[in-house]
Amino acid sequence: MMYYSRLKMLGVVGVCLIGLLLCLPNFIKSPSSALPWHQVHLGLDLKGGSYLLLQLDTDTLKHDRLQSLEGQIRQGLIAAHLGFLGIKRDDAANSVSFLPRAESEREPARKVLEAIPQAAPDEFTVSEQNRRLTLTLRPEAVQQRAREAVTRSIEIVRRRIDSTGAIDPSIAREGDDRIVLELPGISDPERIKTLLGTTARMTFHLLAPNPTQPYPGATMLPTPDGSSQLAVMDQIEVDGANLADAAATMSEGKWAVNLKFDNKGADDFARITTANVGKPFAIVLDGKIITDPVINSPITAGVGEITGNFTARSASDLALLLRAGALPAPLSVIEQRTIGPSLGIASIHAGMISLAVGFVLVVIFMLLFYGRFGLYADWALLANLVLMLAILSSFQATLTLPGMAGILLTLGMAVDANILINERIREEVKRGRAPLQALQVGFERATGTIIDSNATAFLAHVMLFVFGSGAVKNFALTITIGIVTTLFTTLVFSRLLIIRWYAHTRPKELPV
Amino acid sequence: MRGRHAGLIISAVLSIASVILFFAPGLNLGLDFRGGIIVETHAPAPQDPTHIRDLLEKAKIDAASVQSFGSPNDIRIAINLPRGKGSGEEKQTQTLVDHVKETLVQAVPDVQIQRADAVGASVSSELFRNGMLALLFSLGMILIYIWIRFEREFALSAVATLVLDLTKTIGFLALTRIEFDLVMVAALLTILGYSTNDKVVVYDRIRENMRKYRSMPFKDLLNLSINETLNRTLGTSMTVFLAALPLALFGGSTLTGFATVMLFGIVVGTSSSIFIAAPLLLILERLRGRK
Repeated sequence: MMYYSRLKMLGVVGVCLIGLLLCLPNFIKSPSSALPWHQVHLGLDLKGGSYLLLQLDTDTLKHDRLQSLEGQIRQGLIAAHLGFLGIKRDDAANSVSFLPRAESEREPARKVLEAIPQAAPDEFTVSEQNRRLTLTLRPEAVQQRAREAVTRSIEIVRRRIDSTGAIDPSIAREGDDRIVLELPGISDPERIKTLLGTTARMTFHLLAPNPTQPYPGATMLPTPDGSSQLAVMDQIEVDGANLADAAATMSEGKWAVNLKFDNKGADDFARITTANVGKPFAIVLDGKIITDPVINSPITAGVGEITGNFTARSASDLALLLRAGALPAPLSVIEQRTIGPSLGIASIHAGMISLAVGFVLVVIFMLLFYGRFGLYADWALLANLVLMLAILSSFQATLTLPGMAGILLTLGMAVDANILINERIREEVKRGRAPLQALQVGFERATGTIIDSNATAFLAHVMLFVFGSGAVKNFALTITIGIVTTLFTTLVFSRLLIIRWYAHTRPKELPV
Repeated sequence: MRGRHAGLIISAVLSIASVILFFAPGLNLGLDFRGGIIVETHAPAPQDPTHIRDLLEKAKIDAASVQSFGSPNDIRIAINLPRGKGSGEEKQTQTLVDHVKETLVQAVPDVQIQRADAVGASVSSELFRNGMLALLFSLGMILIYIWIRFEREFALSAVATLVLDLTKTIGFLALTRIEFDLVMVAALLTILGYSTNDKVVVYDRIRENMRKYRSMPFKDLLNLSINETLNRTLGTSMTVFLAALPLALFGGSTLTGFATVMLFGIVVGTSSSIFIAAPLLLILERLRGRK
């Protein structure tokens, strides 16, 4: 108990030295890129920047899927020369249903439904409800689709953000249908919000024969100036997903967006322009017509140009969005937090000053009340600070203002273990035990108490880490790490100091 | 132990008063839990809040409060969540914050936006639910841990004491009108953790003394244990207090409230370790038939 082997001693000293080494990257520049140079990252509240929480509109996703299934049902039935009555889409029930024209057509119609390709294994089931043939999406499949959509969205969001030149953005999934976006240094996220608020789904359609009147299989969409509506055929002739590139250009003194299609896009484009010379077509972006030019001649080179009411900014933004690809469903911002750079710097100062003052106060208190053993507790406190920083650095964890508060509170609480030990030793001395025995019994008895009391605090903060979010999570993280380092520095490190002292001086009395 | 009835009665009265304060006037919910918008600005020259309010009104923005905070150059604008539910309001909240910023930047020369937060209704109710869950689960884990490591009576009296501590802290929050947000949940949990820590140390000593002095009446045993651990209880409270004090003094707007509540919680937790936890244990043990 009161003896540390040379090996163990080296181990303790080694841990502290490694801790010191791991802290270094926070204070000096990396001498070589070959070295792993992990450091603590400052949170947005200390660095300034924006935090956006985005929610994927999963209802739209489901709606789109059901709409596409409805289209496939119609096409399939018509192709098989089967009749249907009252085809109905029910978004709330995840279903599309219809009544076959005649009982004799019921079985063939069911075959058509079952032949529709599933986007995922067991995506939907076919059943009969109130005599209606019903195709129902399984909830798990809907969820799975949402999760995949989030994964794809993250990719597209990353491409969009990267092309704005934002530095060190962090993009991460949260839960089933959310994305957390952290943009250090950007205290004015309006442009990014606009960029992310656009789905950027671009499609090319033909117009109905008489575009000003509603027409079956066509949808009325607003014109660019918003003054009227045109009937645009639902059938997609060319999909924006088949774009290879897009760029903003000047054309006849006006801003325009140049498009370059991939092979499939070029083929589709050539086919529709060849077959429809002289007719107007519509370029639709997110449910709005951006332009409806007349096809003058077949376009076979796979390039095109969109003119409209563009400014330099809107043309380059549209090109950027088209290059990055369309989002599978609309994203909306549901939480936004922005910290200006000067407030961040003020917060760093506030945190540092509090940390320094708190540290000094605790150090002085321990010196005054416990003398030599207080001094050892103070050394342990310093080691604790170093180890906490070392662990945070090697995880490359983020440090926020509440995180700094967590470090400070850990320091305040860390000496508790030393106080427990010192008080215990004091008691044993009062009971008349010899110094060595008092130390031994003091440590032994205090250890159980220390572990019990820290375990409960540990549990409380793990809960906070699980349920908390953002800065609060960071607070819980620093305290949780702090509890672990505290156990080491008090039970191992400060004990080592006391034992070394005892072995060297062999005092007749303990300075308690 | 002599003053145990007085201690328990005072504690109960304070906690009941706190519960009343919780319902009226209630907690001053912060942005995290209430939803809405907060914009903080800093300008080179002092700003008149009424003037800013007029500016916003002209731009058709209905601000719940426009106040100076810190210095007269700093203005804080709070806007409540638009009424109703659904994604429309959600979106409105997010566009409104940009509108407020734009209006200010155009009208006030050289104004800096220090902070602009907008929290939608769904997020705020979720944050609130998670905060409460964290509190509940923490209490539950503490109960289970002490139950396993000690005995049922210890666990029950510890959690009862913690609930008394928590209610008083919530009463303090209601009384001082300090904003109750996520950081405050962190403060409550920290108080919870530290207060438990205190109780565990006292209980630990009680358990040890129970083994050591088998024939001692339980009341005297509690007395002895409390006295033996008194130095440690006060010493540790002192160091945590000293650590939290600079946060309250220099921590800036985010941490001042947090640290103030922490300081209050440390005082409450320490006194309950001395005056409440052990007497409650005595009552519970007597109910069980221990003399």
